[in-house]
Amino acid sequence: MAGGTPSPGPGRRRRRLHLSKIYSYTCGKSSFKEDHSNIGGPGFSRVVYCNEPGSPAAERRNYAGNYVRSTKYTVASFFPKSLFEQFRRVANFYFLVTGVLSLTDLSPYGAVSALLPLALVISATMVKEGIEDWRRKQQDIEVNNRKVKVHDGNGIFRQEEWSNLRVGDIVRVEKDEFFPADLLLLSSSYEDSICYVETMNLDGETNLKVKQGLEATSSLLNQDSDFKDFKALVRCEDPNVNLYVFVGTLALEEERFPLSIQQILLRDSKLRNTEYVYGAVVFTGHDTKVIQNSTDPPSKRSRIERKMDKIIYLMFGLVFLMSFVGSIIFGVETREDKVKNGRTERWYLKPDDADIFFDPERAPMAAIYHFFTAVMLYSYFIPISLYVSIEIVKVLQSIFINRDIHMYYEETDKPAQARTSNLNEELGMVDTILSDKTGTLTCNSMEFIKCSIAGTAYGRGITEVERAMAVRSGGSPLVNEDLDVVVDSSAPKIKGFNFVDERVMNGNWVRQPQASVLQKFFRLLAVCHTAIPETDEETGNVSYEAESPDEAAFVVAAREFGFEFFNRTQNGISFRELDLASGEKIERVYRLLNVLEFNSTRKRMSVIVRDDDGKLLLLSKGADNVMFERLAKHGRQFEAKTQEHVNQYADAGLRTLILAYREVDENEYIEFNKNFNEAKASVSEDRETLIDEITDRMERDLILLGATAVEDKLQNGVPECIDKLAQAGIKIWVLTGDKMETAINIGFASSLLRQEMKQIIINLETPQIKSLEKSGGKDEIELASRESVVMQLQAGKALLAESGASSEAFALIIDGKSLTYALEDEIKKTFLDLATGCASVICCRSSPKQKALVTRLVKSGTGKTTLAIGDGANDVGMLQEADIGVGISGVEGMQAVMSSDIAIAQFRYLERLLLVHGHWCYSRIASMICYFFYKNITFGVTVFLYEAYTSFSGQPAYNDWFLSLFNVFFSSLPVIALGVFDQDVSARFCYKFPLLYQEGVQNILFSWKRIIGWMLNGFVSALAIFFLCKESLKHQLFDSNGKTAGREILGGTMYTCVVWVVNLQMALAISYFTWVQHIVIWGSIAFWYIFLMIYGAMTPSFSSDAYKVFLEALAPAPSYWLTTLFVMIFALIPYFVYKSVQMRFFPKYHQMIQWIRYEGHSNDPEFVEMVRQRSIRPTTVGYTARRAASVRRSARFHDQIYKDLVGI
Amino acid sequence: MSSSATSSIALGGRSAEASATKNTSKRPKYSRFTQQELPACKPILTPKWVILTFLVSGVVFIPLGVICLFASQGVTEIVDRYDTDCIPLSSRDNKVRYIQGLEDKRCNRTIMVTKTMKNPVYIYYQLENFYQNHRRYVKSRQDGQLRSPKDEDDVKSCAPEDTIGGEPIVPCGLVAWSLFNDTYDFSRNNQNIPVNKKGISWKSDRESKFGKNVFPKNFQKGSPIGGKSLDQHVPLSEQEDLIVWMRTAALPTFRKLYGKIDTDLQAGDTIKVLLQNNYNTYSFDGKKKLVLSTTSWLGGRNDFLGIAYLTVGSICLFLAVFFSVLYLAKPRQLGDPSYLSWNRSAGGGR
Repeated sequence: MAGGTPSPGPGRRRRRLHLSKIYSYTCGKSSFKEDHSNIGGPGFSRVVYCNEPGSPAAERRNYAGNYVRSTKYTVASFFPKSLFEQFRRVANFYFLVTGVLSLTDLSPYGAVSALLPLALVISATMVKEGIEDWRRKQQDIEVNNRKVKVHDGNGIFRQEEWSNLRVGDIVRVEKDEFFPADLLLLSSSYEDSICYVETMNLDGETNLKVKQGLEATSSLLNQDSDFKDFKALVRCEDPNVNLYVFVGTLALEEERFPLSIQQILLRDSKLRNTEYVYGAVVFTGHDTKVIQNSTDPPSKRSRIERKMDKIIYLMFGLVFLMSFVGSIIFGVETREDKVKNGRTERWYLKPDDADIFFDPERAPMAAIYHFFTAVMLYSYFIPISLYVSIEIVKVLQSIFINRDIHMYYEETDKPAQARTSNLNEELGMVDTILSDKTGTLTCNSMEFIKCSIAGTAYGRGITEVERAMAVRSGGSPLVNEDLDVVVDSSAPKIKGFNFVDERVMNGNWVRQPQASVLQKFFRLLAVCHTAIPETDEETGNVSYEAESPDEAAFVVAAREFGFEFFNRTQNGISFRELDLASGEKIERVYRLLNVLEFNSTRKRMSVIVRDDDGKLLLLSKGADNVMFERLAKHGRQFEAKTQEHVNQYADAGLRTLILAYREVDENEYIEFNKNFNEAKASVSEDRETLIDEITDRMERDLILLGATAVEDKLQNGVPECIDKLAQAGIKIWVLTGDKMETAINIGFASSLLRQEMKQIIINLETPQIKSLEKSGGKDEIELASRESVVMQLQAGKALLAESGASSEAFALIIDGKSLTYALEDEIKKTFLDLATGCASVICCRSSPKQKALVTRLVKSGTGKTTLAIGDGANDVGMLQEADIGVGISGVEGMQAVMSSDIAIAQFRYLERLLLVHGHWCYSRIASMICYFFYKNITFGVTVFLYEAYTSFSGQPAYNDWFLSLFNVFFSSLPVIALGVFDQDVSARFCYKFPLLYQEGVQNILFSWKRIIGWMLNGFVSALAIFFLCKESLKHQLFDSNGKTAGREILGGTMYTCVVWVVNLQMALAISYFTWVQHIVIWGSIAFWYIFLMIYGAMTPSFSSDAYKVFLEALAPAPSYWLTTLFVMIFALIPYFVYKSVQMRFFPKYHQMIQWIRYEGHSNDPEFVEMVRQRSIRPTTVGYTARRAASVRRSARFHDQIYKDLVGI
Repeated sequence: MSSSATSSIALGGRSAEASATKNTSKRPKYSRFTQQELPACKPILTPKWVILTFLVSGVVFIPLGVICLFASQGVTEIVDRYDTDCIPLSSRDNKVRYIQGLEDKRCNRTIMVTKTMKNPVYIYYQLENFYQNHRRYVKSRQDGQLRSPKDEDDVKSCAPEDTIGGEPIVPCGLVAWSLFNDTYDFSRNNQNIPVNKKGISWKSDRESKFGKNVFPKNFQKGSPIGGKSLDQHVPLSEQEDLIVWMRTAALPTFRKLYGKIDTDLQAGDTIKVLLQNNYNTYSFDGKKKLVLSTTSWLGGRNDFLGIAYLTVGSICLFLAVFFSVLYLAKPRQLGDPSYLSWNRSAGGGR
C-alpha cells in the first residue's frame, strides 16, 4: 500500500489493525463518573446538535462562530481606542492640555504652532499602530480562510473556510491538517477509530497522542455518505481553559455515552499518521480550549521606556518649579505696577487698565494665570517628538532586524521578524534567557549515533557538542570571527541514522567476537517498539511511522544494521535478518504477545514476544537507572563497561537507553498474562498502579545487552550560541515539558550541564511520597510534598552556601510536580535564591502555566530583564509573561510566533539578535534619549533665562515657528539617525567581546549618572548660549550701519547658536559617521538657514517679526557670525574636555574596544590582552567552561595554576 | 528514504515549497545599507585629535579676538545721562509730577568730544529698566493695521489702546502709544548740526510693514497721553521714529537710533544739545541717556566679543599644552571596569 498516495475513497479502511490492543494505558475507557452528573447544570450547559447546526434548536443556542480575531482594534474602535492609548502617555496628555490652553488668551504663542506638532506626532503614532494591527489582521485572515471539508447534507462534503464553521458541523480532517476547532472524534480511518494527534502547539510534547472515538459512532460512520442521516446530541461543559479534562455525554438514538478528553480533538493540534478523521464541532473560535488558554497579548514596555517616564516626570517637576518661581516673581512685579500716589510704575503697560492676566490689583490671580502660561512656554523642556522619534527609530531598527541576512534561514525561507518594535533595546539588556527545549534548542529529530554492545563501544559519529568543542580547541578562543556559525556539512543521508563504524556496518558485525550478543541487540531494536512500517510498493523500501522520533531512530538503525522490520500484523512482527550460518537474508516472524508501554514513571518499555523457535522473550529497553537495578546476577557481565560508555555518551549530550532481555518461562507468562489482562480490563481507580505492579514483577532478572545513544539533534550552532551567551554573562534556564532524563541530556548536549557539576535535583519521586500517593488522601500528599520540596530546596541552598566562593558549579534540576510547590508564595523566594545561585537551571515536566509562572518569578524576583524563547503553543504563556518573547518560526504552527515579540528561525540567531542588534539598539536608544533631553534642556533653558529679563511676563525669546519647529525640523533627524545607525562597536567586535553585552544588562548607558550628566551638559550649554549672546549684543549696536538689535535679532542669533550647538554636540557624541550622519547633521544646520530665508521671504503678515530678518539684518552683520562661531565652540568645550579625559583614562568597555580597533590591535598588547581577558570570563556554563573543566579533570595538579590564570 | 513519516513529510513539503517559491524567496536582499555595513568614519578622541583641536581653536581664536578688540577700540562713543540732570533742582523730589506737568521741559546739555568722530555719527537714546519685551507690551499692536488702511478697524489685540469713542486708533496699541518723545538739537559753536532722521529704520519695515497710505488717526487723543504725537499727514512708512520704536527691544536696557550726524566731529569740539525732556522714565526709575557713537564693521563699541575670543583662545592653548603633558606624563590607565566584575553579587551564576 502506497503511503504517499492521497486519501483513498471514502470509507475504505485500509488497516485492519486494532492498534488499540497493543496499548495498555492510554486508551482507557471512559466511564460515567461523578463528573457527568453535573451535565445540564451550571458550567455544563452546552448542547451541540451534531450534523444539524442550522436547525432551529441549534440556532437558538447562538454559539459564537469560528472566526478568530487577534487584532487590537476594529475599524470602529480604532480612533477612540488608539487616541485613548496615545493620551494615556502623560507627556502626550500634557501636550494636549497645553494645546487646548493655547487656544485661550493665556498662550504665549499661537495655537497653531502648539497644536500642529502634537497633531503630527499623534497621527504618526496612530499610523504606525494601524499598520501593525493591519499585519495582525492579515494573519487572522490567513488562519480564518484555511479550508476544511464540511458535511453539506446528503453525505456530501465540501470545502469550507474555517471561519464559517458552526457548532455541530461535521468535518473531515485529512492527514497532517490542523483541526479547525475543538472536535468530537466520531471515527477515523482506523477501524477502531483511533487517531494520532500531534499536540506540539498545545503542550510542546512531540510524541504523538492517541485519541479514540466511541465504538458507537465508529461503527456507524465509515464514509462520507454515512453522515446523510446521522444525528446525535452532545451535552457537555461550557468553554473552559482546562486542556486535559472534558466532560460530556453523547446521545445517540436514545442511548447515552460518556465522553472524555479522549474523544476530543483540540484546535491547533494536528492529525498525524491517520488518513482522515470525522469529527463534530463542539467548540468554535474563541470558545476553543487553546484560545481560552491564551490571554490577551500584554502590551509590553521596555525598561528604558519606563525609566524614560521617570525622566519625563522629573522634567515635569522642573517645568512646574520654574513656572512656579516665574509666577511668583511675575506676581510681585505686577503688583508693584499698582497705582501709588497717583503714579503708576510702568505706565507704558497701562496697568490701571489691564485685564486679569496683568492686573496689579489682582496680582495673585494674575500670577496663577501666569503659571499656566509659563507651563505652556516651558513645554519645550519636554520633547514632544520624543515618543514619536523613538517609535520611528524602533520601526527602522526592526526593519534592520528583519532584513538582517545573517538571521535568515535558508531552509525554511524565514528571515527574522520583529513583530513588535517596542522592545528592541530590551534585547540588549537580557539577564536571563528562559528557553523551551523541543524545537528550540533541538530540531526535534533523533539520530542513532552510537551504541555500546557487550561492553564494546561502536560508532564514530561526532555529535554537535563534540564538534563544537573540537572547533574551539583548534585555536585560540578568539579566532572564531565568522559571523555565521558553521553550517552543518555532515547532514546524514538517512534521516535518524548517523552511525559510522565499519566494524558493524554492512554485516561486518558477524565477525565481532560477541556476534551473538550483537545479534540479540539488533533483534531487540527491530522488535521492541510500537512503530508501524510502510512499504513503498515500487521500490520496496520500508519507512516507519513512530510515536516519537527516538523510536523511529531505533527501527531505522535496526534496518541499517540488517534487521529490517517490515510488517506488523495484529499480533506479529516480521523482520528480515542476515542468517549467521547461511549468510542469507531470512524472514522471521515474532509473535507479539504484550506491549508494556513506556511512561514517565516506568522509564522503560518492554515487549513480550514468542520468537520463531517458540521461545518466550521479554525484550526491554529503558533508562539506565531503572534498568541496571533490574539486571539478573548473571546478566551483569558488561555492566561496568556499559556504565562507563553510558556516562561518556551522556557527557556528549546523547540520550541513552539500556537494552536488556530475558527468556520467560512458559508458566510464568501464563500467570502474568492472566493478571495483566485482568488489570487492563479493570475500571477501578488504581488500574494503572495495578498494571505497574504486574509489569514490574515481570521486568526483572534481565540480561544486559548494551546501550544505545541517540542524539536529540541540537539545532545548528546551539552550543556555540549558548557558549557565547554564557560568555556575555546571560543566564540560561531551560523550561521544558519533557521528562527529566531528556532534559538533562539536552543540558549536557548544549553544555549547560557537564559531568562534574553538582546537580541539585528536586523531585517528588521519594518512596515516602510515592507510598503516600498510593494510600493517602489528597491533603496529606500535598502536605508531605510541600514539606519535601522545602526541605530539598533548603538542602540545596545549604550546599550552595557551603561551596561559598569556590568556583564549583551547581545545576538545579526540578520537575513539574515539585515546581508546583516551589512556586507557591511562601516558598518561591527560597526557590529563586537557590536557582539564581546555580549556573544552570532546568525545569522539566513543566506545564505551560508553570513556565509562565517561573518566568514571572524570575522577572519580578530578580528585577532583571528576561527573555523567553520557544516554538510551541505551550510556550505562549511564557513568551507573553517574559519581558521579551522570542518565537521560533521554523516549525509549523503559528501560536508561539503569533504571541511572540520577535520571531527567529533558529535558536542560534539569538546570538546575533542579542549581542549585535540588542546591544546596538540598547546603546542607540539610550544615547538617543539622553541626547533628546540634552537638546531640549539646552533649548528650554535659553527660553527660561530670557524670561528672567522680561520680568517673567511670558514673552518667548523666539518666533512662534522657531519654537514649534525646533523639535520637528532642526534637531530631530540627527537624533533619529543616531537611533537608527550609530554603532559604538561593529558587529565583528560585538561577537569578539561578548562581555560588551553587560553594558546593557547592568544598564551602564542609561544610568541616572549619565542621564543627569547629559542634562547638566544641556544646562551649561544653555547658559553659555544665552549669556554670551546677550553680552555680545549688549548695547545692541549691531552692525556698521548703526542699527540696533531688537528682540528678533537676539532671538535669531540665540536660535542659530542653539541649532549649531546641539548638532555639533551630536557630531561629537556619535562614533559612527556614514553619509547618513553627514547629511542629517549638516543638513539640519543648513536647513535652519534655508528655513530662515524662506520663512523670512514670506509676507510679513505670516512671518511677522522674522520678516527678512536673516537676509537684511543677520547675514550682513559680521558680529552675528562671530558670535555664532564663538558660542558654538565655547559651549562644546566642557563636553569635549570631559570626553577627552574620560575616553583616555576612564574608558567604558565599548570605548576600550574602540581603542583596540583604532590602534589596530597592535599598539598596546598589554591593553588588548587585558580587555580580552575580561571578555573571556571564567564561565560556568558552555563548552568553553566544559573544556576548561576537562582540563582540570585530567590534570588535577594544574588546578591551582589554572585558577591563577583565569584570575579567580 | 525516510524513516519517520512524521518528519519526512514536513521536510518534503518544505523543500517543495522552497523550490516552488524560489522567485518569491523572503531572503533579505544584501546591501551594505540594510546590513548596517556602510562605510563609516569612526572618529575617536585620540590624543592627537584632542591636542590638535585645542591648538587650532586657540590659533584661530586669538587673532580673531585681537581683530574684534581692535574694531571695538576704534569706535568712539559718548554717553550722556540726563534723566536726573534735566530735572530742575526744585522738582527733584517729585520727578514724576514734574514730567507730567505742563512746565517747559527744555534742558541744555554740553558734550565734549574727546576723539575725532568720523561721519556718520549715530545718535541714540538709551533707556534702562524699560520692559519693551514685556508680553503685554509686545502683543499690544496690530501689524495688519499698520500695513494697510483696509484693516484699520482690526484693533482687537491693541487693548487698552484700541479705540477712542468707538473710532479705531491708528496706530493702535501700547507700543505706539508710548512712543519716545524726547528730542535733541545739536549745535557746535552756535552752529546748528543737522540731524539726519532718514534711513534710521530697517528698510524692510519701511517698505513692507508700514503702509505708504496709512495715516495716523485718533492717535494720542485719549488721556493720558503716552508719548509722542504723530503728524496726521505723513504716512506711517515715513514716520521713522515710530518704525524704530515699534521694533521692540530684546532686553530692558536698550538703545534706539535717533538720527545721524553727517559731519565729522573733531576732538575738542563742544557740542551743545538742546533737549526736550518729555519722556517719563521717572515712574519706573528708568535712566535716559543720549549716546553719540561711530561704528566699525563690527557695530558699536563692545569689547566683550574680543575679550571673550582672546580668553577662550588662551584657554584652548592652555588645554592643548595641558593635554600634551597629561598624555605624555601619565601612561594610560585601564579605566575602571568594576561594573564588569563577576563577583559582584551572588547572582553571578557561580
